[in-house]
Amino acid sequence: MTIANVLLVDDEVPFVETMTKRLNKRELDIVSAFTGEEALQKLEKGHSIEVVILDVKMPGMDGVETLREIKKRFPLVEVIMLTGHATVETGIEGMKLGAFDYLMKPCDIGDLVSKVGEAAAKKRSHEEKIINARMKEITSRRAY
Amino acid sequence: MVLIVIIVSFTPMILVGGVIYDQFHESYHEKVYAHLEVLVKKHKQNIDAFLKEKLSDIRFFSAAFNFQELSNEAFLEEKLLTLREEYNEVFEDLGVVNDQGIQTAYAGPFKLVKADYSEADWFKRAVKSEYFISDVFLGLRGMPHFIVAVRRTWEGKHWILRATINFMAFNSIVENLRIGKTGIAFILNREGQFQTKLHSGIVSTEGCVNFLRSLKRNGDKIHIIEKCADSGKATIYVTAFLKGGDWLLIYKQDRLDAFSDLKHSQMTAILIFIIGGLCIITMAIVLSRGMVSRMANADQEKEMMNQQVIETGKLASIGQLAAGIAHEINNPVAIMVEEAGWIQDLLEEEDLKETENLNEFQRALKQINTQGKRCKEITHKLLSFARKTDSTVHDVHINEMIEDVVGLSAQSASYSKVVIDTKIQKDMPSVRMSQTEMQQVLLNLINNALDAMNKKGGTIDISSWSENKHVIIEVSDDGPGIPGANLARIFDPFFTTKPVGKGTGLGLSICYGIIKRMNGEIDVNSVVDKGTTFRIRIPLS
Repeated sequence: MTIANVLLVDDEVPFVETMTKRLNKRELDIVSAFTGEEALQKLEKGHSIEVVILDVKMPGMDGVETLREIKKRFPLVEVIMLTGHATVETGIEGMKLGAFDYLMKPCDIGDLVSKVGEAAAKKRSHEEKIINARMKEITSRRAY
Repeated sequence: MVLIVIIVSFTPMILVGGVIYDQFHESYHEKVYAHLEVLVKKHKQNIDAFLKEKLSDIRFFSAAFNFQELSNEAFLEEKLLTLREEYNEVFEDLGVVNDQGIQTAYAGPFKLVKADYSEADWFKRAVKSEYFISDVFLGLRGMPHFIVAVRRTWEGKHWILRATINFMAFNSIVENLRIGKTGIAFILNREGQFQTKLHSGIVSTEGCVNFLRSLKRNGDKIHIIEKCADSGKATIYVTAFLKGGDWLLIYKQDRLDAFSDLKHSQMTAILIFIIGGLCIITMAIVLSRGMVSRMANADQEKEMMNQQVIETGKLASIGQLAAGIAHEINNPVAIMVEEAGWIQDLLEEEDLKETENLNEFQRALKQINTQGKRCKEITHKLLSFARKTDSTVHDVHINEMIEDVVGLSAQSASYSKVVIDTKIQKDMPSVRMSQTEMQQVLLNLINNALDAMNKKGGTIDISSWSENKHVIIEVSDDGPGIPGANLARIFDPFFTTKPVGKGTGLGLSICYGIIKRMNGEIDVNSVVDKGTTFRIRIPLS
């Protein structure tokens, strides 16, 4: 059992490859995508994805746009932003749009893993709450 | 420059002056010549008329009375008296001469009865013509005079009535012709002998004689010539023939005298020219000097402006470049760091654990990590240099902001044993500006001061006041100061005196950019070993 199912989105292929290896080693299940569009397709297919690590600066559909789309279509999926800029604004903007957190590139692998863990836990607890709510609904329905 | 102005001003002046002078000279010449001509002509007519009149008097007498009557000396005496009364003693004496040349009757002051004129030159000529006027000669009486003689016939024999004209009376007619200082008139006969009183000014008459001979005897014509007299002065001669070409009336005047008016105006013109010229030269020099210095000033100002523009432009373009580089560098650095991390991960695997260089590998990888982080720091700073920070403008209380920043720095100041003093003016007006940017500037300046004091301790004074619609903030330290050579470059991007890896050289250029955007000024004053003062001036509006 892995810690979490993660989708890694970045236009830099070597970065994605190395990161995949490193995160795999840390017991994360990684699916990679190189553009925003590809990320959305992968999310569509693999429903097990819990956390998306998303680069802000990408050609075509950029990180912020992709984030907006993900939150619209898969509201429960948590997103961690990776920014090249040391700007607080980008981070703040991402958080406002519903990102779980943001990290600056190059980031410490330990930090990243722990953030992913937190994000996955949050997602799971959300899902749990939803399930509980449903169960409550169903059980209460029976009571009538 | 001066030369051009002088030439341009002088050329038309000289041309106009020259043309006008030439015209004036010409017309004045004509005028003077015409005047002299008329004058001499009039005198010639006067003299001719005088001679004619005297001659006709005598002719009248000789016709009115016969030889016998006039031979009577008492009668002759009576007639002479009448003539003298009538003509102001022009006639000196009267005499009747027979065909043998013997004066048979005489009336006058001299005892000349029976005088023999048969050999006299005048007599020889008088006998041959009906009437005759002689040249001036001394004669028997030994005094200059001339004779008017009329020939008549009595009983088949010629006789002559002659009268002597008073030389002085005749002379006075000619002497009346005096103009200016040197204008004189005299009469010469064909041999060049004076027919009037001798003037001291006329020494040689030879030239005149030659001239006289060279002239044709054509009646009334007046000749004007100019030549150098013996004294070396240019002289004007005006000549006219008298007495049917026997005598020559000469009027002589120094050229300078004749043209004295012209000379006078010439002098005035030259004086005006010289004064005007001096004025022009002075003005040319003064004006062109003024102009040159003004141009030099303008050049200098332009140079300064250019430098400022270049400085600003340099900052802007470096900012853009830096942002581009930062973006581009950041990703490869991230990859490098990740790859290093990956190697580190692999090293953890057991088969490599026994390698004796494991420690070295790990050290190297750690170093790569550290340096990657350093790169990240640099690119982040570069980006902050270029990016638009929170530059939203609002009213900022300068004093509160200063206190905030000082509070932030207090911790690091205490590590460096530095005391931060604030001297702020109360009731400072609030200024519209970006608070974060201004904080950044102040923080940069304080950090620089702290770094400069290098943990040796000291004081940083921050003071603020307002004057002339400007807010002024000064940050001064008593650190080691900035050497003159560096002072000019401290606002340049990437200029740093810190050891490699310690500073990016961007702090002050970021400050410079921020203050310039606020239309403010930042300048520095530094004395080595005394300290450094940065002064920021920001306009209130």
